Formats: sequence, structure tokens, C-alpha cells
Amino acid sequence: MKLPITVTVNGTPHSSEVEPRLLLVHFLRDVLELTGTHVGCETGLCGACTVHLDGEAVKSCMVLAVQANGSKITTVEGLASDGELDEVQRGFWEEHGLQCGYCTPGILLAAHDLLLRSPDPSDAEVRGALSGNLCRCTGYQTIVAAVRNAARKMRQKTRHMKEVPMPAARPQKPPRAKKAARKPSAPGVAEVVP
Amino acid sequence: MFPANFDYVCPASLAEAAQFLNQHSEDAKILAGGQSLIPLLKLRLAAPQFVVDLGRIAELKVIRETNGGFEIGSLVRHVDIERSHLLARGCPLLPETAAEVGDMQVRNRGTLGGSLAHADPAGDFPAAILALDAELTAASAIAQRTISAQDFFVGILTSALYPNEILTSIRVPKLGPRTGSAYVKMSQQASGFAIVGVAAILTFDEKGKVTEARVGITGVASVPYRAKKVEAALRGTAASAKEIAAAAALASKGVDALSDIHASAAYRRDVAAVFTRRSLEKAAQRAGRK
Ligand SMILES: Cc1cc2nc3c(=O)[nH]c(=O)nc-3n(C[C@H](O)[C@H](O)[C@H](O)COP(=O)(O)OP(=O)(O)OC[C@H]3O[C@@H](n4cnc5c(N)ncnc54)[C@H](O)[C@@H]3O)c2cc1C
Ligand code: FES
Ligand code: FES
Repeated sequence: MKLPITVTVNGTPHSSEVEPRLLLVHFLRDVLELTGTHVGCETGLCGACTVHLDGEAVKSCMVLAVQANGSKITTVEGLASDGELDEVQRGFWEEHGLQCGYCTPGILLAAHDLLLRSPDPSDAEVRGALSGNLCRCTGYQTIVAAVRNAARKMRQKTRHMKEVPMPAARPQKPPRAKKAARKPSAPGVAEVVP
Repeated sequence: MFPANFDYVCPASLAEAAQFLNQHSEDAKILAGGQSLIPLLKLRLAAPQFVVDLGRIAELKVIRETNGGFEIGSLVRHVDIERSHLLARGCPLLPETAAEVGDMQVRNRGTLGGSLAHADPAGDFPAAILALDAELTAASAIAQRTISAQDFFVGILTSALYPNEILTSIRVPKLGPRTGSAYVKMSQQASGFAIVGVAAILTFDEKGKVTEARVGITGVASVPYRAKKVEAALRGTAASAKEIAAAAALASKGVDALSDIHASAAYRRDVAAVFTRRSLEKAAQRAGRK
């Protein structure tokens, strides 16, 4: 039985009826015809199919399209805007972070996840974050250089943005603990995770 | 490669999920992060009639501090554990273990409950859960029960859960003063799974003697286990380098070690002793060994 889903891909909402067994990668490639997301191993090991699901890198051959219902997806097609490559893409362009390019879309999205959290990663951090992405061509050296180059570009951009004067921020009161808003078990500290 | 057809069920609450599983336990499979189940579906090693996705059940996605410990919802992901401030302070063994699981993308999807329920003999969390003496809560439409970590792992890919049961939460203790913990792992390079993984917790008294030692080992046998001989050998000692090495030599004593394409049984035993020593050394240093 087909099920209705709505997924926002690169900012555009798409509604579709899909078989529950349809994998997200096939939804993107075959239904939406966004073939920038590649299929490599199909077993979760190579990372070629990496996209962002609600802002985090996932292997889209390991997610069902129905699981992504209501989510926001970013694929490699969503990185450039108005024909301008983004910082990570330019980082790869300049450092020759690709040869055949098969692994590149997945690696760009994985690198984005890392750089969102860690603006100035070391070589070891880059290698750690990309350990789920295989490349048969480059030997990884230029990929690591490309990601660090991209990190510099992103830091420059945020620095530039910070220099644009912002409306004076109101001083914020420290958040007061809400008493008895909800009753978790004593002593009552909880982390709700996404 | 794609799964055989199935019907997809996406319950909004734990009660609804339990109710459905109670009616269809024989032909339904629970889906959490999907990082183990989806490959099995694609290889058609699993072909259930129903896939029950727990992904929308918010009550299973909370890490809560309780009296003396933490209660972690089964749907809390590896990445959430890796970055949890609560656990970093009170139970750092779990974030340290989470960081060792697979790769970033797998950690962004995979869940603690899924890792344990899957009972992979080379999974990372079982070692930590054993060393922490965790208690696992399982719920069905009929009853709720607590299973100790030591009783939870039954065989290769087999846990103590019944088909109609959902693993709902995992309770771990807060680690006290003069206590150190560590997880060290030799991984299989392609998948990242453990060839040997050792989680150790050591507690010292004021005089610097070990009052409690707990060691969980994964990857070596078909079921992850507590290395009780190592623990007994350390209790009452000062955990000097020599005493740790002597105790660690017992890491796989009396255990039927696995042999496969990645490592022979003899190799696994050797690595188990070395990695148990390293894990205990780290734990002792972190406890502030005198
Ligand atoms: C490339 C790759 C590398 C990996 N490397 C490692 C590694 O190094 N170390 C490691 O430990 N793991 C590794 N894994 C496995 C990963 O940790 C999985 O996330 C984990 O084993 C399963 O968790 P999940 O949430 O994805 O569960 P799922 O895949 O959704 O489910 C797994 C099984 O558990 C059952 N289940 C799930 N949740 C529950 C529940 N709440 N109650 C009852 N039953 C439930 C399901 O029915 C299914 O049988 C790797 C996976 C991949 C793809
Ligand atoms: S195609 Fe998805 S990980 Fe290889
Ligand atoms: S550039 Fe060819 S696989 Fe990476």
C-alpha cells in the first residue's frame, strides 16, 4: 500500500505517494530526478548517498522515504545558489578535492555537518568525520586540505557577517528555572534530544 | 538492492506501539534508527509483514537524571549520547563509547535501544552497558519488566526481549568520586565494528585500594560478557601497572572465543588481554590512582 509523504528538498516541498520500502536515495533520484546524490555500495558503508536530513548528514540508502516524511532534506543540488558554488564546494574546487567526483556529493554534505559544529577542525577531526565516506581516487589528502580550506572560507564569511552592524541587542536575563513546569523524576534534570 | 514489500506502521505513542506489537508480534519488526535493520531488509535476511517505526515517539527520546543515575530513552541516538552534557559529567563512559560507534552518519541515526536490541556480538554499547551494570526496561501491552545487562544478551543477534516487547529505557548509575572509566576498541577497518572492545570502571577507596572493578568485553565471544576473573583479581589491590597487567591476562579465561575472517580465536584472546590492560590503565589514571 502506498503512503502519502511530504518532504521539503532544497527548500521546495514535494508531496508524493510512495511504497514504504522505497529508500530515500531512490525517492530523491528516481521520483524527484535529483541524481546528484549517488549510489555506491547500497550497504551503508561508502557514504556516496549522504544527504542532510533536518540538518544532519545521513546515508540516504539507510533511510526509508516514509521515515523522512515531514523533514527537510538538503542534497548536493541545494548547495550552490544562483550558480555560485558555496564555500565547501569552492574549497574542493581550489584544492582539487576530487578526481572522478563519484564520492564528492556525499563528502560535501558530510563536510557540511562537521563544519556546522566545528568551524576550525584539525586534520584528524576531518578524517574522523569523513570516515564513513570512501573515495577510490584521491587518497584523501586533497579532500582533507579541501575541507580545511572550506572551513577558512566559512570562518571568513561569518567574520564578515559579524562586522555588519546589528541592531543593539537587548540585554538578556539569565533563564530562570521554571518551577514545576513538568515533573521529571528527582532531581529533575532532563535533556530532550531531537 | 531494496527491501521486500511490507506495511509501515508509525505509532504516535508507546501505548499504541505496544498494542500493535501485541497483536502482530510474530510478523512485525520494530524500526528505530534503521542502521542495522534496513541493511537486513535490503539483503532480505528479514522480510516482516509489518515494520513498526518508533521514530515519532517523543517520550523515548529523553535523557533524564534520576536519583543516583540516568535514565536514557531507547530512541536516544548515538550522537545525542556523544554530545550529552548530563552524561559527560555523570557517566562519561557512555559518550566515550558512543564516539567509537561506526561513523558520523551512522551515529546521526542509530539509537542506543536499537544497538542493544540488535545484540550484535561486535557492538560497542554492550560492553559499556555491562560494565555499568545497567538495568534495561522492556514494556509490552501486558506488562513491564526490568532486565539486568548481564541477562540481556542471550546469543548472536539475540536479546532477552520477547517479540511483543519494546525496549523503552536504559538506567545507568552516576559514577562517584575516585572512580574512573574507559572504553578502548580495536576496530575492523572497513565497518568500524569491534574486533575487541573493552569497557572498564574502577573505584578506589581513600587509601588507594580498588573497592570495585567492572569490566565488559565485546567482540571476543558470541555474547558480550563481564570479565569477572579480571574484576576479582583487581579488587583490594592498588591497581599498579603490574597488578593491572596480571589481571588483564585473565580477560578471556574460560570464554569460547570467536574465529572468523577478521581474526582467529587465538588472536582475539591476545588482543583482549592487551586492550583490557589499556582500558584498566586509562580508568585507573582517570580515577586519580595514587
Ligand atoms: C556502516 C555501519 C557501521 C557500523 N559500525 C558500528 C560500530 O562500529 N559499532 C556498533 O556498535 N554498531 C555499529 N553499527 C550499527 C549501528 O550502531 C546501529 O545503529 C545499531 O546496531 C542499531 O541501532 P538502530 O537504532 O539503527 O536500530 P534498527 O536498525 O532500527 O534496529 C535493530 C534491531 O533492533 C530492534 N529494535 C530497535 N529498537 C528496538 C526497541 N526499542 N525495542 C525492541 N527492539 C528494538 C529492531 O527490531 C531490529 O531487530 C554500524 C552500522 C553501519 C551501517
Ligand atoms: S550507497 Fe549508501 S552508503 Fe554506500
Ligand atoms: S573522486 Fe573518485 S571516488 Fe572520490
